[in-house]
This record gives sequence, structure tokens and C-alpha cells, in this order.
Amino acid sequence: MYRFNYHKPSSIEEAVSLFNSSDDGFYLSGGQTLIPTLKLGLASPVDIIDLSNIEALHGISVDSGLVSIGAFTRHAEVAEHPEIRRVLPVLSHLAGRIGDGQVRNLGTMGGSVANSDPAADYPAAVIGLGATIHTGKRTISGDDYFKDLFETALEPGEIITRIDYPIPDRAAYRKFPNPASRYAVVGVLVADFAGAIRVGVTGAGPCAFRATGIEAVLNQNLDPDALKVVDLPDAGFNSDLHASAEYRAHLVKVMAERAVTDILAL
Amino acid sequence: MNEAKSATGIGASVKRKEDVRFITGSGCYTDDINQPGQSHAAFLRSPYARARIESIDASAALEIEGVIAVLTGADMVADGLGDIPCGWLVKQKDGSDMVSAPHPPMAATQTNYVGEPYGVVIADTLAAARLGMEAVLTDFTELDAIVDLATVRDSEQIHEGVEGNLAFDWELGEREATEAALASAAHVTRLDLTNNRLIPNAMEPRAALGIFDKVSGEHTLYTTSQNPHLARLVLSAFVQIAPEHKLRIVAPDVGGGFGSKIFIYAEETAVIWAARKVGRPVKWTADRSESFLADAHGRDHITHAELGTDEEGRFVALKVQTTANLGAYLSTFGSAVPTYLYGTLMAGQYSTPNIYVEVQGVYTNTAPVDAYRGAGRPEATYVVERIVETAARELGRDPVELRRLNMIKPDQFPYETPVALVYDTGNYEASLAKALVHADYAGFAERRAAAAAEGKRRGIGLACYIEACGLAPSNLAIQLGAQVGLYESGEIRVNPTGSVTVFTGSHSHGQGHETTFAQVVSDKLGIPFEDVEVVHGDTGRVEFGLGTYGSRSLAVGGSALIRAAEKLITKGRRIAAHMLEAEVDAVEFIDGDFLVKDSNQSLSFAEIAFAAYVPANYPEDLEPGFSEKAFYDPENFTYPAGTHIAEVEVDVDTGVVELKQFVAVDDFGNVINPMIVTGQVHGGVAQGAGQALLEQAIYDEFGQLVTGSYMDYCMPRADDVPDFTVDTTVTPCTHNPLGVKGCGEAGAIGSPAAIMNAVTDAVGDNSISMPATSEKVWRALR
Repeated sequence: MYRFNYHKPSSIEEAVSLFNSSDDGFYLSGGQTLIPTLKLGLASPVDIIDLSNIEALHGISVDSGLVSIGAFTRHAEVAEHPEIRRVLPVLSHLAGRIGDGQVRNLGTMGGSVANSDPAADYPAAVIGLGATIHTGKRTISGDDYFKDLFETALEPGEIITRIDYPIPDRAAYRKFPNPASRYAVVGVLVADFAGAIRVGVTGAGPCAFRATGIEAVLNQNLDPDALKVVDLPDAGFNSDLHASAEYRAHLVKVMAERAVTDILAL
Repeated sequence: MNEAKSATGIGASVKRKEDVRFITGSGCYTDDINQPGQSHAAFLRSPYARARIESIDASAALEIEGVIAVLTGADMVADGLGDIPCGWLVKQKDGSDMVSAPHPPMAATQTNYVGEPYGVVIADTLAAARLGMEAVLTDFTELDAIVDLATVRDSEQIHEGVEGNLAFDWELGEREATEAALASAAHVTRLDLTNNRLIPNAMEPRAALGIFDKVSGEHTLYTTSQNPHLARLVLSAFVQIAPEHKLRIVAPDVGGGFGSKIFIYAEETAVIWAARKVGRPVKWTADRSESFLADAHGRDHITHAELGTDEEGRFVALKVQTTANLGAYLSTFGSAVPTYLYGTLMAGQYSTPNIYVEVQGVYTNTAPVDAYRGAGRPEATYVVERIVETAARELGRDPVELRRLNMIKPDQFPYETPVALVYDTGNYEASLAKALVHADYAGFAERRAAAAAEGKRRGIGLACYIEACGLAPSNLAIQLGAQVGLYESGEIRVNPTGSVTVFTGSHSHGQGHETTFAQVVSDKLGIPFEDVEVVHGDTGRVEFGLGTYGSRSLAVGGSALIRAAEKLITKGRRIAAHMLEAEVDAVEFIDGDFLVKDSNQSLSFAEIAFAAYVPANYPEDLEPGFSEKAFYDPENFTYPAGTHIAEVEVDVDTGVVELKQFVAVDDFGNVINPMIVTGQVHGGVAQGAGQALLEQAIYDEFGQLVTGSYMDYCMPRADDVPDFTVDTTVTPCTHNPLGVKGCGEAGAIGSPAAIMNAVTDAVGDNSISMPATSEKVWRALR
């Protein structure tokens, strides 16, 4: 780890201003990616801007049809929050399976979504639930947010403040964890909004995406067996020592089938 | 199970003394020890698998605040330090010596694996040392990496003088007789196997703190060693760091070893050398990335085996051909593991009359490979038990029945195998029978059908393993190439008040010696368990020892303590006879008291101890004092054996294998502490499950370690394994005074074969290799 300047601003404006005035500034949220990166010497920022003290990034509110979660909310809070568990249990379920207990106690939703690790869990929820991402200056539709490997619609210095998740009639998330890291080899979230099905996939590609082919089939017939005939091309899918692209494509289907089975059992 | 005669005696599940400090975070590990004026080391490591060092420019590093020195492999050569020797000289087929390439502690001219140290930066702080490390400019010429076992013999030569990168071409058994028997066998089963490369991953990474006292000339090295005396011997006699009497090595609390802390490594060597050079204590603690790169790895074989059977299914011949990856250098026991700890085990539990094993040990541009929990015996068991199971399938025989038919029977002991061992005792069918009951083998068909009804495949697999522990005897091992003896020392110093301090040359890095050895000594001397203190791991306190590996501590080290205790009792009887005015022959020692036969006269152990130190009424021809030691050299190996049965369920949609049930019934001979033994089996089985299902070290074609962190190298976790069913049978070892055999490795030896037999049974494809990852299984199922 190298020497850096540490800042702890108390407002979005102050944080952005620190970022803009730095030659090489990094925001620190839960630190579950950044800190290991620093320890391995893979990043050497001049300034670390800790976002933990910014009031606007905290808080959870549940209104009719919408769960709004502050970006600094830790995974464990989402997993255990009684109101989220009641109205949007799929999100608590997903959050409760991120990494391990230590990761969940520190990692934040905003950090995960801003980082857009291809194997992170939350992006499946952002896509699958059709979430809206609020930043200090605008709102971004979840569908338009993920661009590529570790690449999002965020502009340099832009900070996610909260994420709004519409509440579906029913939804389920199925994850095939990497046995080593427990990241998602693939993760599939299927949500039913009054008969309109959304399917968010993480892990399989360079970033999370909507599986429109699967959605089309499920919109016709919300039945796991309906997916047996779906041909899911693996072009552009990730391939590494844990899973080939072909195996990932297969797993997306299997996880989707299982999520549909879960939904039908609700 | 043998019955315990007291709550703390032999056979009792005494809670471990050492756990109080371990679980309250108050253990004292090498990294916990600090010295005034201490500096820190950061190692320069090769980024290439094979490269020539053209030049090293340390000038920028030396300008960094806090950097004290940059020392290189060339500096070590200039100081006259020797190479790290291999501890076992294997003879090749033609009688010539193996080809041992020089293994410098730090590379001076060429690096041969990624992570190999070639220099060290010493600084006031660890941060400065690391900054210094990054500021050193090294000019390398990268050479082609040789990593593929399939082509290594035809690749460029890694070491000068090592043709075909072949360290040795070794054989054991009768080739002609074996081939003839195979040729005339009714059926021959052929099998190709890979034994996957593993990275040990002890919880505590390696660490070292070197201290040099220029006034006394004494060197002290605190380090994570399983065998500090062996380290001292090698560092003195071969590397020539310091004369043996000026070098003290202390292995304090050590957090796991699994073999990886037996060996003499570059870093520990460099730290004590550097401490003298810079005139300050030098501390180094590996980070996990360094552990992955530079700890000796384990296993890594490819094997072709052939098993011939007659019309009745009796094994008539076994032929095994193995290529063993030794890595870039021959590590301390790198040559012994795939030869004498592997080929000798090919009889398994069976009376196969003809066995021939040949092993080619090859160099590659990867980290050195050496002993890892089981060391050769898991590899041998994997060959024998996979091919036996395969034969049963090919012959349409029940694998249990086929094994039983071929097992060595209890009345055949001592049994001499065709591969150089004499099994002293055993009852293999007893362990098998008990394991079958625990596993409800008879009910498996029903469970398989139930799984099938849920769309899952269920499989069952056995491994009837044998292993050889407590490597011995010294004279035979030395004839076979060992460069050290294989005895162990034990000393019991009785204090005047009757409490005792026990010194053992074996070493605990998690095994629980402080408890088990105290049980042995308190039981033998009839004194309270609490009155026994066990000291180990310090060449300054323990006279000599060979450390802990190969499940040897109790069988060899414990036996030495029994011998020392016997000497104490003999002396005590003379003292008692004098004090009680009786004949020595009339004095008996029973449960801590010296008694005169047929009388009511007795003296306690403590009273005798006091008399020995305050010799007022004392035999004239006897030295005062009450302290004895013994060196115990076993006459044979011990042979733990048992049956492991695994049951798995395969998710056909994803290929995920779930280990549903694991039964281990082991014959460890007499058991001193059943709780500790059960824990050892649990840990071993978990490691074996890791090898079978999860773990694999992967180097890419450039010799870069792809699985260099826990993100990619999958260690087993608690939720990867079921509750194990662990039980024992007992045939006491016939040749050591405790009747014990050793239990540290058995779990890791039997389990990979049992689990893979179960996986291949479930999938119906015998070609699946370890680790049986979900994608491999999914592909096999398609």
C-alpha cells in the first residue's frame, strides 16, 4: 500500500469538489474492492475520499411500490431490514448471499453498483427489478446504466446517492456461486410485474444485462420447462478457469429455470 | 477403543492444554516476536518462470528513506554460503545417483520459477522495504518456461547437466515378473490418472526473525519450522550460515504446517544471514501471495497403471508408471515423496504378488514440490484404490467383495509386500466391515433410487487405504538414500518436587503434543497430568530431534518418552530399594508408587524425586539427580490402515457434486486421545475433499501461477463438507511400546480416492479427474 491523502467529506458537493481537485482521487465506500486493490499495490491513488460521513447516502425508505435505499447501505442491512424483507424479499435474499459475513458487514450497495464487477450480485437486481439510479445530479435508468466490464454510465466523479427499486408482484434470485470466491459465476433475477417479466443476469457477461430472449419466452409462458427450448448464445460471455462461456450460458438457463420455479412456489 | 484408566490418562479425551491460548488469541507465533532495533525484509522475486539475471541496480532503492541494504543471491555466493541440499539421495534404475541441480538459497544467475527469491531488501519498516523492493531495477532476459509434464522431457534443459530435465528414473519391484503376470492375466484393467497439484495453505504463513549477537557470536532464528533441529543441521553443515553451537533455532507456536514447514527455504536462510550482515535483527513474514508462490507445493503426478486379475478376480499383477513434477529444484524431501513414500505403498491392503513401479522425477519451471499431508501415500492410494474400483466395474463385481477377496488376511502378518515393506499387523476386513455398517452400504440402492426420483445422481465409493508412518529404521532409510536419521529423542526432567518437564524433538504445529505427550508421561509415571509440562521446538532447550512429519510424533517421539520413563523407573526402584532396605528386584512401580512386594512399604514418585536431589539416604554407587533421556529408533514403519466410504450426489443440471456422507474407520493402533484423533481425521478428510472436489494449482504456459489467491484457488470450507462419521478399529502396532501407529495424514490419504470413486460411480464416467469441478462433471454428463 502506498501513501495517500485521506479525506472524509460530509456532503456530496464537498466530495465531488475534492475529487475534481485531485490528480488521482478515489472514492471509498465499503472498501471491499478498493482496499484489497490498494493492498496488492494495484492502485496508488493520491487522494482517498471516504463517503461514509455523507448523510444523503444513508437511509432506507419503503413507499407503495418502491423501495429506496441509500447508496452507503451495507449488504447486511439490506439482508436483515424488516421492511425490505417484507416488501422486497428477493433483494434481502440476494444481499444475504453476497460474499461472506465480513464482506456483507462492510460492503455497500452503491459501491457494488458503481464498481460494476461482472460477478457482483446487486447488478442483477438493478436490471431485473428495473431500478433507477440517483446520483448527485441526475437519475439513470437501470437498463441504461451498465456499459461494459467495470464500466457504467457514471461520469468521472459522479456519486450514486440512492437506488430505487420498484416492487414486483413476485421475484426470485438464483446464484451459482464460484466455489472459491463465492462471487456469482452467474446470477439470475426473475421478476414478475403484473405479468410483465424482467430477467436480470450477472456474472455471465462483461456486465449485467437483461436476458430479453428469456423474458420473451417467460412472458408467453411463466414455466421453467418453457426455457428448455431457449437457445442462449454464449457469444461475448466470460470464460475463465472457473467456467467456460458455454457452461455459463447453460447455467444462466438453469438458474432462470430455478428462479421461475421459486416464483411459482411463492 | 482401548479404555482409559483415568480421566487424563492414555485413552482419555482430555481437552487440549494449548487451546486456551490458541482460542483466546494469546499464542505466540513468530510474527508476534519483536526485537529492539528490528528491521524488516522484503524479497525480490522473479516475475518470470525462467529468466537470466543480467544485472541488478539497487541504487534508487538505497536512496529510499529507511532502506538499509539490498542483498542479492550473488552476495550470498560471495559470502561463501552453500546450496540448500536435498535430504534424500535416490538411486536410479541403473544404480547411478539422481541428478540434483544446485539449489541456491537465492538465485544468483538464473531464476527458475515465478516467485523465486533472488534478493532481499532490508529496511527500518516493512513499508520502506516494500518501496525499496519496487525501486530495484533488475534486467532479466526471459527464457521459455518449461511447465508441461507431457513435453518436459523433450523441452529445453532447465539446469546445466540435467539431460531431459530428468532428476531420476527410479523403479521398485520386479518388472519382468510383473509384465509376464499381466500378459497371462485373465483381465487387465488400465487407467490413466492425474494427481492434481496442491498448495498447502497453512493458516499461519511462513515467517522468520533472525538475530545475531556480535558479542557472543550467537545466531538465533525464530521461524515457522516443523523440525528446528533439522533446519539447524542443514543451515550449519550445508549452507554454512553459522557453526551448529552458535545457531539456535526456535519454532514457537506454529499455525499449521501440513509438510510445507519441514523444508529449508530461501527466506528463513536469508533472514539469519542478513541479520549478521546488517547488524540488526531482521524480520520477515510471508503474505498470502508469497505463500502461494513460494511454499513448496504438493502432489502433481501423471500416472498410467495396469492391474491384472485372474478368473476369480484375484489380483495377479500391478504395474504403475508415473511422471512426478518436482518443480524447479529438489526440495528437502522432494525426491523421497514420489519414490520411497509412494512406490512402496502399491500393495495397498492386498496380497498382489507382482508389483512394479517406475517413477520419472522431472524438473519444471514451477515452485518446488515436496511433502504435503500424506506425502506420496495419497498418490499411491489414489492409484491403487481407483484401479481396484475400476477393475470391479469392468469385471461386474461388487467392489467390496473384490476387495475382500484380495485383502491380506489377519493370519498373514507379518506380511512382506513385493515393494519392500513388511506390514507388522492389521485387520483390514474389520475396518471394512465396520465402515460398511456406518455407511449403511446395504441401503445405498434405496438412497440412489430416491435421488434419481429427484433427478439427481447418487454415487458411492470406497477406499481401503494403507499408509506407512514413522519412517524407519534409520539404518535402512540411510541405505535407501536418507541423509538424516529417523529416530526421535525424548527427555524427562523430574523436578525435586516431583513435577516433570518433558522435552521432545518432535514438534507440534497444531497436533496437540502438549496434551497427548503429557497424557503419555503422566500415565506412565502415575503422576498428575497437570504436573507435566511439554517443551518442544527450541534447539536451545531440546537436545536434538527430527521434528514432526509423516505422522511420526507419537509413534517415534512418544516411544522415546516411554523409554526415558522406563529409565527413570529403573533408577527410582534402586533409590526406593535403598531407602526401604529391600532388594531392587523386590521393588515394583505401580501407578506412581514404588512398592516393596508383599509388604505395606512404599514411596511415592515425588518422594523418590526429592531423595534423588537431596541424597541424604541414597545408594553410594548412584548419581544424584532424576532426569533421563532416550533416543528411540523404530525397527519398522507403522502401518495405519482403514476404510473410507464417500457418498455423493450430483446435480445433473449444473454438475455440482455434493459430498453427502463420509465414513472413516481407521486402525491407528492404540489411541492416546480419541478427541484429538477424531479432529485429525476431520481435518485430513476435509483436505482430501478439497483435493478431490475443489483445489487445483494451475500454471499457465508461461509458468505464471493462475491460482495465486483464494479468489481462484478453492480451499474447502465448513459448508463444503458434511458431518463426518469417524470410528476406529484397533490392532496395536507390534514394535513400539505404545502400540500406536499415527493418525495425522490418514484422512487426506483415503478420502480423495473414496470421493472420486463415488463421483465416477454417480456420473458413470471414469475419466473425470480431480478436482471434480461442476463444469467437468456437467460435460461428462452431456
